[in-house]
Amino acid sequence: MKLTVNGVAHDVDVEEDMPLLWVLRDELKLDGPKYGCGVAACGACTVHVDGVAVRSCQTMVGDVDGPVTTIEGLGNPDEMHAVQAAWLKHQVAQCGYCQGGQMMQAADLLANNPNPTDADIDDAMSGNLCRCGTYPRIRDAVKTAAETLKVS
Amino acid sequence: MGRIGTIARRTFLVGSAALLGGVAFGYYKYKQPVDNPLDDDLAQGEAALTPYVLINADGVTLITPRADKGQGAYSVQAALIAEELDVELDQIKVDPGPPSAAYWNTAIADEGVPFPSTDRGMAAETMRGFMGAVIKLMGMQITGGSTTVPDGFEKLRVAGAVARETLKAAAAEVSGLSVTQLKTERGAVVLPDGKRIPYEALAAKAAEIDPVTDVTLRPSTQWRLVGKPMQRVDMVAKSTGTQAYGIDLRMEGMVHAAVRVNPRKGGEMLSFDASEAEGMRGVQKVIPVTGGVGVIADNTWRAFQAVDAIDVEWGAAPYPAEQSEHWQALVDTIEAGDADATPRDDGDVDGIAATVEAEFRAPYLAHAPLEPMNATVLVTDNRVDVWTGNQIPRMTQASVAKMTGMDLDDVHVHILMMGGSFGHRLEDEAVKRTTELAMAMKGTPVKLTYKREEDTLQDFTRPLALMRGRGAVADGKVTAMDIQVAAPSIMDSQMAERQGFPVPGPDTTITQSLWDQPYAIPNYRVTGYRAPKLGPVSSWRSVGSSQNGFFHENFLNALIHEAGADPVEERLRLMTDDSSRKVLEAVAEMSGWGGELAANKARGVAFCLSFGTPCAQIIEITNGEDGIKLDKVWVAAEVGKVVDPVNFENLVAGGVIWGLGHAINSQITYADGMAEQENFWDFEGLRNYQTPEIIVRGMENRDYVTGVGEPPVPPAAPALAEAIFRATGERPVEMPFGNAFTFV
Repeated sequence: MKLTVNGVAHDVDVEEDMPLLWVLRDELKLDGPKYGCGVAACGACTVHVDGVAVRSCQTMVGDVDGPVTTIEGLGNPDEMHAVQAAWLKHQVAQCGYCQGGQMMQAADLLANNPNPTDADIDDAMSGNLCRCGTYPRIRDAVKTAAETLKVS
Repeated sequence: MGRIGTIARRTFLVGSAALLGGVAFGYYKYKQPVDNPLDDDLAQGEAALTPYVLINADGVTLITPRADKGQGAYSVQAALIAEELDVELDQIKVDPGPPSAAYWNTAIADEGVPFPSTDRGMAAETMRGFMGAVIKLMGMQITGGSTTVPDGFEKLRVAGAVARETLKAAAAEVSGLSVTQLKTERGAVVLPDGKRIPYEALAAKAAEIDPVTDVTLRPSTQWRLVGKPMQRVDMVAKSTGTQAYGIDLRMEGMVHAAVRVNPRKGGEMLSFDASEAEGMRGVQKVIPVTGGVGVIADNTWRAFQAVDAIDVEWGAAPYPAEQSEHWQALVDTIEAGDADATPRDDGDVDGIAATVEAEFRAPYLAHAPLEPMNATVLVTDNRVDVWTGNQIPRMTQASVAKMTGMDLDDVHVHILMMGGSFGHRLEDEAVKRTTELAMAMKGTPVKLTYKREEDTLQDFTRPLALMRGRGAVADGKVTAMDIQVAAPSIMDSQMAERQGFPVPGPDTTITQSLWDQPYAIPNYRVTGYRAPKLGPVSSWRSVGSSQNGFFHENFLNALIHEAGADPVEERLRLMTDDSSRKVLEAVAEMSGWGGELAANKARGVAFCLSFGTPCAQIIEITNGEDGIKLDKVWVAAEVGKVVDPVNFENLVAGGVIWGLGHAINSQITYADGMAEQENFWDFEGLRNYQTPEIIVRGMENRDYVTGVGEPPVPPAAPALAEAIFRATGERPVEMPFGNAFTFV
């Protein structure tokens, strides 16, 4: 099965119904997407397929019909995406386990809505659970990233 | 990670040892130890066995033995060492180090002494010193109880100072100069001519000389790091998805495992049929474990699928099967009247005619950190290695040694970054299950990942609890408050049953934050009742205070309402502790308490002294057509010193959100002996859309330092309950409030 992840083409020999999350983690060793619930209830596994945020734990790999981007592909410590830079600026994370998924969701939001209102942010981000309770900083960081993306 | 683990334990723990061309400042004594732990001088005389600084050719590594569950423990420990060592946080690495008695936590026992935390008198301090000595003798290396900062505030700065002065002594020998001519900054000793000798270059020489233990800590006016905004050492990794957690560990030849253990916790597995699972792709082995069965596979998902395909017959639960029986057990316990403790009995409660009575309930709750329980274990002929995120590495080491028949020294526990805990990782069942699997897979590293459902079903929950209150008011004042509370015992379940460590005397968690609140109510009694064994219970963020803060303050608010008094003013009138009064005054001032509110808005206030930290909160809500909306929270906490204001604000806001989320949305209930909730769709805390704006103030009015991981939790629920009462006329009596009220 062919799969393009973060611009790299892979050929994986897995069941078609294996969730994309476990192909990324256990077959391709990309640990940015996290396992939290397995039922699309927490958002820690969020990646982009063809530029759209999806829950990779509920996306069967056989159904993936476009390039996949994980948090590793969004940016890295040497070259951060505006969302990652905003997350660092606001020091959003506590345990950090959900934050890869939060950032992927936020990047999707901002790609479609450069000027999100508070209500837009709540709507887009409420499927991403943070047990540490970093939501106030997530809101602030989304707004900062929106400003950065407008300037650049 | 792991570099420290390769150092022979004995070498590491004896003297400032030369190793790999470097030096570990270990096992030094900055104060003489006393022979008799009961000696009156104990508080001044405790030995500090503090191996906290490792320097070698690779650079400076600060050992941060308190586990990082997301609360920023690594950073705050590193900052305290770095403050005196004169290194910057961008120059160092952190490593949690090996399990060691040297990393004992003195402060963990403070919450258990029979003195209010605001009592700093001689008797109270002597008792704390004694409890600390017991903890030290047991070598209890534990992360919890909001103790990382109070335990390390002096100890870690001394460790940094000893290392710095020893490096200066080494530099004096190398340069032929006097120590008084030398300075230190940014990881180097600086000579009078400006020449810099990096610490790394002095490591070998420092290892040869006796550590300089006569050090004086710098006054707060000279602090470079403590009290200033910092960037946490893990923040770049956590902002880019590159932070590795226990669940991300990968090793050559590693296999993936899943388990299913009897959801009637502690019950047996009567039989199983794994014939279908054994034929599934990637499945290597099916292995029975205590109370259940595990699958070894080549991929986590395949292990999950296979373990779910096993047909299992479960035995009965060793506790009541139905939720109603759990509640009835608490009622029966109170009515039997056999008190576990009556830690407060002021005035004459029995002589007062009660005018207000109430019964409040708090449910079982799961911890549910977002990273599910996991561990990786490798068993070989002569050693066992365990990699996991865990707050009790020494107990885990002992458990694994016992299970495998290995010597303690041959069990190596490597602590990894945790994706949350909230008390869940004070337990080590996942390590035990992984060890069982790994013993059957000798020579192969086995990583066990719990499915979320397994994590929830197997959780050792917060105790459920029931409070009955009687009280009286007169002349606009609260005059009597009599609180009875019943709960199953955390000490029986967590410490005695699962860790083999019975704690004598009353279970202080049952009455935690009920008996020691700084209120001078003239007739004031608190009685705790220890329920018989019910569902297995454990420590959950803020432990007994999480339910008792709700009980105490919701009832006090009911009494104040009956008295016709203002809930802020009446508390201030009753308060006996100055720092507590100041946090309450702070939230009143921050929120503009007493001002006019729109017709559909309401506010509530609550206070709780827990883990030594007074914390007050005011919440404002809107009671709209579709339901109640949480608008804004003002919160103040007194900690003596805010080490990192950036992280402090995040932790406090997170604690409020934790308290609110579970107060309105979450419960664990039993049916047929099993938890009825299993994933985040039926057990969730707060979501983004429900989260209020939160304004935080840290206060520094005391000369001793306390923690803040837990104290913001207890006041959140009762403040909200009061606001709901004022908005609707109906006082919430049971958590989660969502059972009786609608939230938007």
